[in-house]
Amino acid sequence: MKTYDLIVVGAGIVGAACADYASAEGLRVAIVEPGPVGGGATAAAMGHLVAMDDDPAELALSRYSLELWESLSNLPQAEFSRCGTLWVASNERELASIPAKRARLAAAGVETEAIDSDTLYRLEPALAPGLAGGMRVPGEAVVYPPAVARHLVDRAVERGARMYSRRVAHIEYGGVRLDDDTRLQGPALIATGCALAQLLPTLPLRARKGHLVITDRHPGLVHHQLLELGYADSAHGDADSSVAFNVQPRPTGQILIGSSREFGSSTPEVSLPMVRRMLARSFRFLPALRQLDALRIWTGFRPVSPDGRPYLGRVPHEHQLWVAAGHEGLGITTSLGSARLVVDQLLGRATAIDASPYDPARVVA
Amino acid sequence: MNEYYDVLVVGAGPAGLAAAQAATSHGARVGLIDAQATAGGQVWRHDVRHAAPSLARRSIGGALTHSRVDWLARTQVVAVETGSLFVEDPRRGSRLDYGALVLATGARELLLPFPGWTLPGVTGAGGLQALAKQGWPLAGRRVLIAGSGPLLLAAAATAKRHGATVLGIYEQAGADAVRRFAGSLWRWPAKAIQAALLRGQLAGVPYRCGSVVRRALGDSTLRTVELEGPHGIEQVPCDQLAIGYGLLPNVELAQLLGCELRWEGAHPQVSTDIWQQTNIDTVYAAGEVCGIGGRDSARVEGAIAGHAAAGARSAAMALQPRRRHARAFAEALRTRFALDARVYALATPDTLICRCEDVALSDMDGYTDTRSAKLATRCGMGACQGRICGAALAELGRFSGGGQRPPLFPARLSTLGDTDFFPLATIEE
Ligand SMILES: Cc1cc2nc3c(=O)[nH]c(=O)nc-3n(C[C@H](O)[C@H](O)[C@H](O)COP(=O)(O)OP(=O)(O)OC[C@H]3O[C@@H](n4cnc5c(N)ncnc54)[C@H](O)[C@@H]3O)c2cc1C
Ligand SMILES: Cc1cc2nc3c(=O)[nH]c(=O)nc-3n(C[C@H](O)[C@H](O)[C@H](O)COP(=O)(O)OP(=O)(O)OC[C@H]3O[C@@H](n4cnc5c(N)ncnc54)[C@H](O)[C@@H]3O)c2cc1C
Repeated sequence: MKTYDLIVVGAGIVGAACADYASAEGLRVAIVEPGPVGGGATAAAMGHLVAMDDDPAELALSRYSLELWESLSNLPQAEFSRCGTLWVASNERELASIPAKRARLAAAGVETEAIDSDTLYRLEPALAPGLAGGMRVPGEAVVYPPAVARHLVDRAVERGARMYSRRVAHIEYGGVRLDDDTRLQGPALIATGCALAQLLPTLPLRARKGHLVITDRHPGLVHHQLLELGYADSAHGDADSSVAFNVQPRPTGQILIGSSREFGSSTPEVSLPMVRRMLARSFRFLPALRQLDALRIWTGFRPVSPDGRPYLGRVPHEHQLWVAAGHEGLGITTSLGSARLVVDQLLGRATAIDASPYDPARVVA
Repeated sequence: MNEYYDVLVVGAGPAGLAAAQAATSHGARVGLIDAQATAGGQVWRHDVRHAAPSLARRSIGGALTHSRVDWLARTQVVAVETGSLFVEDPRRGSRLDYGALVLATGARELLLPFPGWTLPGVTGAGGLQALAKQGWPLAGRRVLIAGSGPLLLAAAATAKRHGATVLGIYEQAGADAVRRFAGSLWRWPAKAIQAALLRGQLAGVPYRCGSVVRRALGDSTLRTVELEGPHGIEQVPCDQLAIGYGLLPNVELAQLLGCELRWEGAHPQVSTDIWQQTNIDTVYAAGEVCGIGGRDSARVEGAIAGHAAAGARSAAMALQPRRRHARAFAEALRTRFALDARVYALATPDTLICRCEDVALSDMDGYTDTRSAKLATRCGMGACQGRICGAALAELGRFSGGGQRPPLFPARLSTLGDTDFFPLATIEE
């Protein structure tokens, strides 16, 4: 029987970040992942590193994480591109919401610029006429998430972490049992994303499906990650399905188009009605997209807790069991901060930001 | 625009043309679509300078001018739903509903990577044929044809007819294998005639067996080809290298529909019964997509599929002996032109394997499944959607391709975003 200081279950971006940080802190780490590293939600993501300000806890975690991402900004395979985020206001009402948004972000230390409509079209000439203005967040970036997950796992393995290409079949007292019956001893950290319920059924989690479309290469059509200011309504509303304008220039010159959110579909098939709806929304902001070719369309599932915050910390009523899952549509961004928050708690250290909003105990009576 | 067809045929090569004609003979209303601007498929691809052979003219004319056939040129399948195809042409997207569907999507070339294969001046063997027929100037150019299979002869003949100086045809299969294949051709008189014709047209062109292209050399464009033959290594200066290692069925649409596939070596083909019916009741498949067999088996299978799809099994029954005979040819092809081990060892670690995304062979080391390799390297994520590198990697024994998702081919966003594929009520925001 093998004994470890930490058994990380799941090697999406969250598990990978946990394994990386724990091994850097000198822990003997096991990583258990049956599929390709970063092959779950992580492979489907847009890879936009973004501070979301609609929930103070989420803002604190994304802000903390964005700082940590700087250490990976020169990693070639991360394809880190600091394109900045441009939030687009369609009308005066949305424009009027910008000062408060800027103030919240400024309070968290995120630098922003108010953009009037002339500047908007200077920055992004392809935008549809008639938009009111926007807000730019110059420091934000995009990455290629599965390659980052892979890098973090490789780095952990170089420090001595052991990779098991298996599935965890059960959690057992003092450890876990793999599907080939191997038993690993030690504290386990469950980072299985949407599959959380299989191992930790007491923590409620739903899967929210998303579609993305990638085009052929059109360098220079857009320069920033573009989002509509109404995005947060779509992202955090509880509607069964919604779409929002969310478009990203990839370093290759390709354009990645999102985003859709949908509960109630659990199969990975591409839904043409949903794609149509999502594209129709994006044409409204960026009519030039109509002429481009779609090369591929894919779907992914976001792991969603009831309050939209991830579970980060000790599993209630358990001593040796930890969790880092439920990052919804922000898990690439917040993976690095999440890892520190959980592993620092496990090591009995003070956390850099308040960990209580993410305490899994909040959902367990 | 939504249309309903009793029989919808995808692909207007010999198989699809025969299917369309057979189906109309029973009164069916037929839609015939092809991504190309003109009908004829690979073998009867429209030639801007030379008239089509009479069989081609009859087959194309017979199908396209029939009053019950809608000929939809430059129409590409984007996605599928039960009983419908979503297609786009240069102007718009539309939905085509069908009672029965005939897949006659044909084949493409197997291209295998070797040092220099991405240099300008290097194309597939069939690829060069297509370029020539489109009017790409070959007059006076020195062309070397290499790879494997009878297609090399056809490519050489086309190049020669278009004024190229064909330096030679370099077949990787050994002389014995080629001789045995040629000796068995009498069983297929049409093939023997075709072969003899080609030989006539190719008088004076050297045909070398057991020869493999090791490298293509040149800085910005092809200058020299390095060959390894029975008598050692030689370098041949030339302007154009046309190289193909055989054909692969285009199964992507079948796969998207959920048709059962069979593996022939490393590559899938559609499995059908003697009526050319797939495991899906309304879907038939005919021609190269069911396994490489050439023009004659494509024609007879197309006719069987067309009859059966129109509900006329007795007419389809009468064609069974011809079908079996033509298919036996495919078997001879496969066993005679098996690829030599040398061909698999040509790519060096820095040879590009995915030319869309600039991925070298060594970038794939350490990955044991397609998805991991794809995620890490993006191999296969470019404009060809993995059709070239995916087949090459499967052939090289690295790993085989994954599933299919729409869009089947790169599709205009306006097709996906503006087309009323579904009643609007179900999708309004
Ligand atoms: C369409 C879409 C777009 C997105 N865009 C962004 C974005 O732009 N920016 C952003 O920050 N976030 C984005 N996200 C969110 C982000 O992708 C997720 O929050 C994040 O990837 C979650 O990571 P994870 O490691 O928790 O989950 P996953 O990546 O799903 O990893 C979980 C892993 O656990 C493994 N596993 C499951 N069960 C077991 C078991 N029993 N034993 C062992 N291993 C197991 C799985 O194989 C999997 O690899 C997006 C998500 C989607 C769907
Ligand atoms: C590059 C190449 C060159 C060849 N040259 C010769 C030759 O000179 N002589 C010879 O005897 N044989 C040649 N062949 C062999 C050829 O496969 C057969 O002779 C014969 O053409 C097969 O007939 P088919 O109807 O099965 O398919 P094909 O003739 O290949 O016809 C298939 C048709 O389907 C269309 N199609 C495929 N998928 C879709 C889609 N999703 N949407 C719309 N349209 C679609 C294609 O555009 C094509 O026109 C060649 C093959 C290839 C690949």
